[in-house]
Amino acid sequence: MLIQRLLLNDRGGMVVLGLVALIAIVVPVLNLAVPPESPLYVSNFTVGLLGKFLCFALLALSVDLIWGYAGILSLGHGAFFTLGGYGMGMYLMRQIGDRGVYGHPELMDFMVVLNWETLPWYWQGFDMFWFAMLMVLLVPGLLALVFGWLAFRSRVTGVYFAIITQALTYALMLAFFRNEMGFGGNNGLNDFKDILGFSLSADSTRAGLLIASAIMLILGYLACRYIVTSRMGRVIISIRDAESRTRFSGYQVESYKLWLFVFSAMLAAVAGALYVPQVGIINPGEFSPLNSIEMVVWVATGGRGTLFGALVGAFSVNYAKTFFTTFSPETWLFILGGLFVMVTLFMPKGLVGLAGRLLRKGDKE
Amino acid sequence: MKTTEQLRETWRRDQVFDFVQPPPAFDSVVDTTHGPILYVENISVSFDGFKALNNLDLTIDEGELRCIIGPNGAGKTTMMDVITGKTKPDTGSIWFGQRIDLLKRSEHQIARGGIGRKFQKPTVFEALSVFENLELATASKKNVWYTLNNDLNGEQRDRIDEVLRQTGLTEHYHQEAGALSHGQKQWLEIGMLLVQNPRVLLVDEPVAGMTGEEVEKTAELLTSLAGRHSVIVVEHDMAFVRSIARKVTVLHQGSVLAEGSMDQVQNNPRVIEVYLGE
Repeated sequence: MLIQRLLLNDRGGMVVLGLVALIAIVVPVLNLAVPPESPLYVSNFTVGLLGKFLCFALLALSVDLIWGYAGILSLGHGAFFTLGGYGMGMYLMRQIGDRGVYGHPELMDFMVVLNWETLPWYWQGFDMFWFAMLMVLLVPGLLALVFGWLAFRSRVTGVYFAIITQALTYALMLAFFRNEMGFGGNNGLNDFKDILGFSLSADSTRAGLLIASAIMLILGYLACRYIVTSRMGRVIISIRDAESRTRFSGYQVESYKLWLFVFSAMLAAVAGALYVPQVGIINPGEFSPLNSIEMVVWVATGGRGTLFGALVGAFSVNYAKTFFTTFSPETWLFILGGLFVMVTLFMPKGLVGLAGRLLRKGDKE
Repeated sequence: MKTTEQLRETWRRDQVFDFVQPPPAFDSVVDTTHGPILYVENISVSFDGFKALNNLDLTIDEGELRCIIGPNGAGKTTMMDVITGKTKPDTGSIWFGQRIDLLKRSEHQIARGGIGRKFQKPTVFEALSVFENLELATASKKNVWYTLNNDLNGEQRDRIDEVLRQTGLTEHYHQEAGALSHGQKQWLEIGMLLVQNPRVLLVDEPVAGMTGEEVEKTAELLTSLAGRHSVIVVEHDMAFVRSIARKVTVLHQGSVLAEGSMDQVQNNPRVIEVYLGE
């Protein structure tokens, strides 16, 4: 019954999730078990790249949930992603121990440089994995709760909401750039050694992180499906289409928006936490408003309001980004902008909508 | 001075303090022992100095079908906004039954508590099917967690079937609401009010843009509702009002100009003056 609801009624989603599962199984095998000389060998670079894409897909999913279904355009989801990343980064920093450049048993290198004597209170507890993961969920969730409560209660919607979310992520970026914040200033957190006792430079750890990302993506997808196929999901769609009708039908629109926003922020934070050990660094640049806008472009390109479209968008746009930034870095931003315009004008339902149209046409002939 | 007045008010012997009684709740039976279900008392609303409602007084009896007419700008829609909690009035009070102060409730509470509202422009959830539209409107717990984990029960589904029959939409059950005709959307919206099991229905221009046949059907539907619900209809179409009205209230410049049967109202010289000019 539940499987029917979550998967079987969602053919596009089944295909995309199938591909994700395939990546999670095949890529690690081809990377670890196949000798490098073999043509089937998948390089470490590709493993890292795919792991990153899986995190981006999870992030795109969180944006699609809030934008595609509730019609709330957040241009600040990068903030939640990055906060999640910092949570994981803090855990990884604490794992370094006395292996840092200055060999201090407790303090991070950047704290030693700043002549700090003791570990700040907010770094306490991050040496425990479970605590760090709890914070990865709680801190962005709480931020989204407070921010969303203020915004939705005042009935801030549409472009105004987009602008203040943009301001939120920008403000966080400026704050995290400051050395006194205690998060490593503009260098951020890096030079990680190991996670849960596994060395981050080992191939098997990287493969494990890729698998973990794929699993979280699938779980996140199913959770989103559970929400959008429930009665709550239909309430959310009706808020998008006719907010006052929903209100006069007896729904407290604000609390629906708020909880969806909080859930979406936590999903983004999980994506950030998985992203950081795979790229090996987190710095305030991730808060940059441009990143948050890019996420929206992924979802628009893939097709919003479908969930699996977000995954398609995240993969295809990021693949294009990797391709173009390798061969002609200076053109990428123009291509990104052009892509957004093209999609808005010619493919309002994104790649997924286009594929659906082509499939239907094929059926008719 | 003010304190003494307050003291005197508190010490009045003929009043029963609210805190002595259990707090009034929407889900309990609305106290209509004195007849009326809705009291609109002395309501004034102004927007930037323009008085949309000016000391409006209106009482609606239980089970009554009341038509409200008036020229453009008479304050009809503002009155609905105030009753449903969308607009807060500057002065006055609105009571639902004897004990529930509507001004202290928010829109969704008022809607859950039994006051349903149909908008002037038909507003349905276009991306959802007819059934899903009714499903969303159906009276049930409406908090986030409950709707995330629970579907409707059999009783609620039966109620939806009943309303589908009442509004003649049974065969459109699976259709997307956006694909319905204008008249069908109006009926669907009325149906969405009905599944809320409201005590009072506020219906804003239900027959605007309908064909003659559709108007007739709507009139039939609305008159069949009176008795079980109190129905307040705001309408411009005089022929339609004549066909359903028992009691008519004429609004003019934000207050009641005349009240009575259609004939009384139409022969009222002040009404004639307002409608026909000098």
